[in-house]
Amino acid sequence: MPTPLHAEPGTRVRVRDWAPPGHIRTPAYLRGHIGTVERVLGPFPNPEDLAYRRPGAPLPLYRVRFAASDLWPDATPGDTLEAEIYAHWLEDA
Amino acid sequence: MPHDHHDHDHDGLSPSGHPYRPDQDTGLSYWQTMEIAVRELLIDKGVLTAARIAAQIEAMDARSPANGAAVVARYWTDPGFAAALLADGTTTVKEMGFDLGPMHLIALPNTDTLHNIIVCTLCSCYPRNLLGLPPDWYKSRAYRARTVREPRRVLAEFGVTLPEHVQVRVHDSTADMRYIVLPQRPAGTDGWDAARLATLVTRDSMIGTGLPKTAA
Repeated sequence: MPTPLHAEPGTRVRVRDWAPPGHIRTPAYLRGHIGTVERVLGPFPNPEDLAYRRPGAPLPLYRVRFAASDLWPDATPGDTLEAEIYAHWLEDA
Repeated sequence: MPHDHHDHDHDGLSPSGHPYRPDQDTGLSYWQTMEIAVRELLIDKGVLTAARIAAQIEAMDARSPANGAAVVARYWTDPGFAAALLADGTTTVKEMGFDLGPMHLIALPNTDTLHNIIVCTLCSCYPRNLLGLPPDWYKSRAYRARTVREPRRVLAEFGVTLPEHVQVRVHDSTADMRYIVLPQRPAGTDGWDAARLATLVTRDSMIGTGLPKTAA
């Protein structure tokens, strides 16, 4: 597991462009994209471990806000999307 | 897409035009067999009783969007509650009797310039304690894929057309949080109490695919 990122609200973060095997809770359409931490949640046990009945290390969970136009070329300017991303899926941007 | 009962599409209509579901005369599926086997084992071993399972199903079926509507109406009428709901949704709705168990709640207020809409692209996460069972379309691939990709077109299909100066914010419910949209209080409801206001709060207005009813 990559080192979990510790970030604050307002930190610009990039979702790892990564495709490990197993149970993943980071949507593919967000991988590689840059967003901003909206709020810090958790810690919650890593769902990628819970799925296999392993205890799951507690990790920070971040609500990350993306500009829709960064995700889709034809999005309405100003529209946004937020998703919950676990700390080990994020890197500093 | 807004139609709730896709599962009926595959069933027939009787000659009199009444929709019916065909008799289930075929064998059980693998998963149906497994569910029955696990349930019977749990009862056999004394882990659960049939009465407890039935009571739990009843409790799950009893949850309805009326729960969420009570939360929204109180948000509109009680400023102290509104502030608490935005600061800590989980604890605040629990104090109203709506316990989300291990999940956490974020309440999303709509404003004149912001419209929130909820989706779960990975599965079908839904605030069941506040809204009851999710509508069939909420779990469909079409809703899950299109809401993040083209939310304004999805909204338009639900009858909600928003001007460009209103930002659309999609919330993809990917992990431990659950969401409820707090729609704006309809005009012409000054002096209404929370119980009366709650009658205007629709399920879809709390998912973000709709707006509350207008004051008649």
